[in-house]
Amino acid sequence: MSQNNVQLDPIRNAQVTWEGCSVLLDINDGDRLVFARLTSGSTLKIGNKNCSLQPLIGCPFGSLFQVDNGKEGPNLSRVIPSPEDDVQEKEDAQISGEFRDNRAIVDDNKAQCLSGEDIDEMRRQGATGEEIVEALIANSATFEKKTSFSQEKYKLKKQKKYAPKVLLRRPFARRFLRVDTLSLLLSMGNVAANSDVLVVDMAGGLLTGAVAERLGGTGYVCNTCIGDSPYPMDIVRIFNFSNEICKSIVRASVSDVTSQSETSEQSDQLESACNMEIQSNEQKSSSVSMEDISLSSENGVSDLILEANHSPVNKISKSHKVGEKASQETLKLWKENGFSSMIVVAPELDPWSFVKDLLPLLSYSAPFAIYHQYLQPLATCMHSLQVRKMAIGLQISEPWLREYQVLPSRTHPCMQMSGCGGYILSGTRTATNASSQQ
Amino acid sequence: MLPTDPTKKISFTRCIKEGDLVIVYERHDCMKAVKVCQNSAFQNRFGAFKHSDWIGKPFGSMVFSNKGGFVYLLAPTPELWTLVLSHRTQILYIADISFVIMYLELVPGCLVLESGTGSGSLTTSLARAVAPTGHVYTFDFHEQRAASAREDFERTGVSSFVTVGVRDIQGQGFPDEFSGLADSIFLDLPQPWLAIPSAKKMLKQDGILCSFSPCIEQVQRSCESLRLNFTDIRTFEILLRTYEIRQWRADCTQGTGGGSAGSIRHKRKQHLIEGSGEQENPNNSTVMARPNGEARGHTGYLTFARLKCLS
Repeated sequence: MSQNNVQLDPIRNAQVTWEGCSVLLDINDGDRLVFARLTSGSTLKIGNKNCSLQPLIGCPFGSLFQVDNGKEGPNLSRVIPSPEDDVQEKEDAQISGEFRDNRAIVDDNKAQCLSGEDIDEMRRQGATGEEIVEALIANSATFEKKTSFSQEKYKLKKQKKYAPKVLLRRPFARRFLRVDTLSLLLSMGNVAANSDVLVVDMAGGLLTGAVAERLGGTGYVCNTCIGDSPYPMDIVRIFNFSNEICKSIVRASVSDVTSQSETSEQSDQLESACNMEIQSNEQKSSSVSMEDISLSSENGVSDLILEANHSPVNKISKSHKVGEKASQETLKLWKENGFSSMIVVAPELDPWSFVKDLLPLLSYSAPFAIYHQYLQPLATCMHSLQVRKMAIGLQISEPWLREYQVLPSRTHPCMQMSGCGGYILSGTRTATNASSQQ
Repeated sequence: MLPTDPTKKISFTRCIKEGDLVIVYERHDCMKAVKVCQNSAFQNRFGAFKHSDWIGKPFGSMVFSNKGGFVYLLAPTPELWTLVLSHRTQILYIADISFVIMYLELVPGCLVLESGTGSGSLTTSLARAVAPTGHVYTFDFHEQRAASAREDFERTGVSSFVTVGVRDIQGQGFPDEFSGLADSIFLDLPQPWLAIPSAKKMLKQDGILCSFSPCIEQVQRSCESLRLNFTDIRTFEILLRTYEIRQWRADCTQGTGGGSAGSIRHKRKQHLIEGSGEQENPNNSTVMARPNGEARGHTGYLTFARLKCLS
């Protein structure tokens, strides 16, 4: 299927993957998440083996794959899951298993009779992952003594190692900034179709991309920078954006937007900086196609590890230009009407130092949301805005998110939890002129 | 309310007109939605405000009463609307709303099914997310509440993107006409597991469902029935902790929380800074933040699930 046909469906992109598209690979039910670009040469490392991602091209998003032990090595094959008809059986077993406990089970690492070599031999003979798991269970001296919950947990653990599953998902950028934090920024920033959203995005393009997605190709997201060098927007490429959406992502410096008739020198400087940025993006996309994300720490962009892919990428999808410099007409429009809202993710900067210059660019009564990993800079910013009456409805919020494990007789919050999603200062710009407050 | 209508979009030049909906802001925890009418007046404890004074001013303006008190006039947004709407039922607030919209992967053009409509708090945000090319079909089994919701959507200007139906989704499921067309479904029902088989039929391939339930027993039962046809089943709770700030003068000698007399204020004035008019003096004062004493402990559990890909 040619890529052009697939791109016609503007809603949530296509239903089916295509050569060169970005995907999110969900390994073993969320244990590991990997962004990948699907090309004939790209591979995925599972355990200590590399599997080709070729079989994933042309499959619907949401398809499930398992690792098979083929003659030529491990490969990914499609699995059509059947509705669970053994759910009732499992539940009966669980109730009867309640009377067992672990008083006699000693953890001395001697319970399993099969050795690593035995397992490798089974693999060589073409045993499926499920068969290996069954063999491990049969050769475990302590398995029968376990409670049914414990048995289920053991089986799942072995399955994840010997029969890993890979779920093919649409890339959805919610792994760097904590998902609830990002979602709040988008709501508090009143992001909607036809808006003109001003963003300061030092999260690698995550914020810009998320805003652009919600604009749906209408309006603009203006990625601005404090100072002269524009911030990288690599993450935007992962979104598989259509041409319309790409065009809505533009760059402008603060001076561009504040003064209309700019000295040609300044605008040339920024133009060359932008061009260099776009060039280096294109270069990067030819050498990088895999990005691994670790789930355990949620500290933002520092977790993004770019792995160079050694296989050459032959036909990269025509990467639509993202982050072009805003045209003079657009700048004029923003100067006349103001931006509909502003969202800031600049964890390394002091917010007040630039918010005082950016706020006047927003329309009267426009909402804004400023994220920071630390509370104090937002407290100072809030105070300064209050004293100058530049904004009202000011609030500092800290999002709190906890996931639950929901299983029969085993429902409880998850053991792991993210400690902090950062802080957000939100408010609405007033129509009072700052100058009258002196 | 939505910028999809260019005549309503806020800008430096857009001024308040007769018939506009404005949010009258007294304090951050005291706001009201008011429809502007040439001959009307708005009364509160600060005095009487003539609407005619408002007309022609930009949104975000400070306006005065006959007694010299003031309020601000803000342009409505779904966030502000959630804070001012009349509660006919318990509503969802911004933390849950924003999380739901993100996790349901809603973008302009999507088709969303919702039940129950309740007071339309979430519905308004759903409309913003899918406008102008998408649509929200929302259902409630209570005829009067459905009618009130319809009125609200007219008032806030989102009615072109929302259709309210009166229907018992638990008993009858969603209408067949939506089979295979929904990008996402949101359920806020007492017994959501009764609606899950119908939800499965309505969803597009790889579509996403969200069920909101206050009680863990409801969550357990919902997850059981989801396991048959859905994958990636996850349950969360989300809360917002808010902070208050205070300026602390470094020269005050009392070590305990009271500080100088000027800084002991009751909660209502916390957002105004004491020593009013005082410019910042970085040598003498710092701004401190602490969590608010009042906090919400629980709203409900959010369970998300993705339709299994069976072809």
